[in-house]
Amino acid sequence: MSSIEERVAKIIIEQLGVKPEDVKPEASFVEDLGADSLDTVELVMALEEEFETEIPDEEAEKISTVQAAIDYVKQHAS
Amino acid sequence: MTDSAQARLALVTGASRGIGKAIAAALVEAGFTVVGTATTEAGAQAISETLAAAGNAGGGVVMDVSDSSSVARAMEAIQSRFGAPLVLVNNAGITRDNIMLRMKEDEWDAVINTNLNALFRVTRACLKGMTKARWGRIITISSVVGVMGNAGQANYAAAKGGAEGFSRALARELGSRAITVNTVAPGFIQTDMTDQLAGGQRDALLSQIPLGRLGQAEEVAGAVAWLASESAGYVTGTTIHVNGGMFTG
Repeated sequence: MSSIEERVAKIIIEQLGVKPEDVKPEASFVEDLGADSLDTVELVMALEEEFETEIPDEEAEKISTVQAAIDYVKQHAS
Repeated sequence: MTDSAQARLALVTGASRGIGKAIAAALVEAGFTVVGTATTEAGAQAISETLAAAGNAGGGVVMDVSDSSSVARAMEAIQSRFGAPLVLVNNAGITRDNIMLRMKEDEWDAVINTNLNALFRVTRACLKGMTKARWGRIITISSVVGVMGNAGQANYAAAKGGAEGFSRALARELGSRAITVNTVAPGFIQTDMTDQLAGGQRDALLSQIPLGRLGQAEEVAGAVAWLASESAGYVTGTTIHVNGGMFTG
């Protein structure tokens, strides 16, 4: 089983179509990885599916960087 | 009937009678699995029976589009029983006609809530599934009245005009995911709603319609079925008028 970091990175690479080396912890989805607002919603949907969790809208809006996504998953996923 | 349509689920609100019933039938004919909603248990049951008789795997579900919690419950039930709708037909609607000087706030509110606010509730609930599938059809039944206006229907015209703007905004928002968003604007169609018109009103109306007759629900349903099809894939953000020529925008 791969680590949470790896699983999150894989989803980001797939969803946003970016290169693995660009997925740095501090990278912002919108500013650094070229995501539009719909992409960020889809990314959250993909995280929900992968980690079998439900991310409320107000939390989802805070997940704007790679690190934020990893932190959220670590705190909430079973 | 196409193979892709067979696997796809279509949701039609207000499908127990009138235009909604005809739309459900046309989508069944086109090969979709169809879920229809009605406000009452009896209405939902009747839809289920009609669909079962047509050999369709869908069914009827109770949903009051004017009530958020009813929409949430119904959407959950649809999701677990049938899956995610990839075609949504926002059809449920009401009228509470009155001249503006006599219109009560509850007549205004009821029409805006059922005909416009419901679009927010039901459409939003269907978007995740369509986004994931990267394919979707959102078809909203508006009205010629939303474009032309009609004396005694300020509330209805406001709601239907609102539906037009809603639809065009969504078309821009969702285009990148191959979700098309359109409206079908019927003119005067023979239904329970128009059967209430008095004789004089009816004659005056017919004189405004080049084709000289009321439309049939099936003629609206045909436009909806086309918008739902693969061949309408490049049509989004627009309105198909089905009105016998009474308005030629």
